[in-house]
Amino acid sequence: MTDFLMPALGADMEAGMLVEWLVKPGDRIKRGDIVAVVETQKGAIEVETFAEGIVSELVVPIGTKVPVGSLLARIGEAAGEEPPAPHPIAAVLPPPIAPITSPVLPTGAAPIAAVHRAKVSPAARGRATELGIDATTLSGTGVEGAVTVADVETAARTIAVPAAAPARRKALDAAEMRKAIAAAMGRSKREIPHYYLTHTVELGASLSWLEAANAAQPVPKRLILAVLLLKAAALALRDVPQLNGTFVNGAFCPGEGIHIGWAISLRGGGLVAPAVLETDKRSLSELMSEMRGLVQRARAGGLRSSELASPTVTVTSLGERGAEAVMGIIYPPQVALIGFGMVVTRPWVVGSRIEPRPVVTVSLAADHRASDGHTGALLLNAIEQLLQNPEKL
Amino acid sequence: MSDAIDKSMICEVLGSIAPEADFAALSGSEDLRDALDLDSMDFLNFIIALHERTRIEIPEADYSKLRTLNDIAAYLARRQC
Repeated sequence: MTDFLMPALGADMEAGMLVEWLVKPGDRIKRGDIVAVVETQKGAIEVETFAEGIVSELVVPIGTKVPVGSLLARIGEAAGEEPPAPHPIAAVLPPPIAPITSPVLPTGAAPIAAVHRAKVSPAARGRATELGIDATTLSGTGVEGAVTVADVETAARTIAVPAAAPARRKALDAAEMRKAIAAAMGRSKREIPHYYLTHTVELGASLSWLEAANAAQPVPKRLILAVLLLKAAALALRDVPQLNGTFVNGAFCPGEGIHIGWAISLRGGGLVAPAVLETDKRSLSELMSEMRGLVQRARAGGLRSSELASPTVTVTSLGERGAEAVMGIIYPPQVALIGFGMVVTRPWVVGSRIEPRPVVTVSLAADHRASDGHTGALLLNAIEQLLQNPEKL
Repeated sequence: MSDAIDKSMICEVLGSIAPEADFAALSGSEDLRDALDLDSMDFLNFIIALHERTRIEIPEADYSKLRTLNDIAAYLARRQC
């Protein structure tokens, strides 16, 4: 019996979230097989195994975050094999010679190469097998684009000078990030019975306050509206703690502290929602500099694992060039996602008059296993009240 | 002031915000927020970077005058005097 452990995928990694099992109990695996996808601050990492045998147990369920070195799965030996290694074998990074999707194409062409299966001559196929290359992903120079022995050997030379860090570990690998988003959102839609509420909130007071506050501040100290929205959401969650936490093992687990995951869209695609720790306890200027830093590091790939360690709730703000409202998908195992649409000017009834006013649609997607719509409505109303008194934020 | 205020300096500053942008294809009259997909945080970071580079104070009330490269170059030149 061999233990399959959460690997250390970089010196700064403390934990990883298992987002996908590519094997199930009973599957035979061999050295180099991809067994699991682990999500880290650097994106999704496909984890290979050096162990061989039959998967006997998947210990860690999908969506679980565990420290480096934790037991993920047990692998039993196949009948007739040697006795097991005396010590656990950690999952390992793909060895440099592992099949690379597209060794001879420009990086940008990789997705196309993956779906376009080239013709491969029998000799080339044999040579590719010897060299450990997937010849069907190469671009061929032979008749009708068939992959030749020469193509395979060219590819092998390219691979033989491997990048020290496999491409999958790049900070912002859009394809890997997409996989991670797909896994998390797919699971959310499968498992979480969402309910949705929206509430239109008048923002005149908040915007006037913001304008006046910024007028007195030099450029680097100015705030943006998103900071007020984030703080209002955090303070409202103090009043409605049923929406701050996680749903694990069939039960709601209240969050220890309010750590809002702030959804940041990455230029070029993808999304991360690192936590602004203790959001409710920070001043607006602290939150502003925190959020600026998060955006910069999210885009440069420098997020810290503490920021990715399970936020207790997510807030997404569509900004000035977004849409009016968002119906979010909860990021498991959280139980709620609060969305702020784009601020728009709309007719608003003030007393018995209609006036143009800036308004925002605040939405809530929440897990019906953990709360009911009445609770959700309390949260949205609390946010509305807080935004009418921005000086108290 | 060591930096001449011109469009190439502004593009250089923008490059730190939107490194993937193709500034050769950016016309002086395009709305930068649309052309480069800048959100309010990006735009604020851009204004901060411009301020650090030129030491010119840019009041928030003037943000609406800073839509295009031409606007910004003209605005900064005016404010510099």
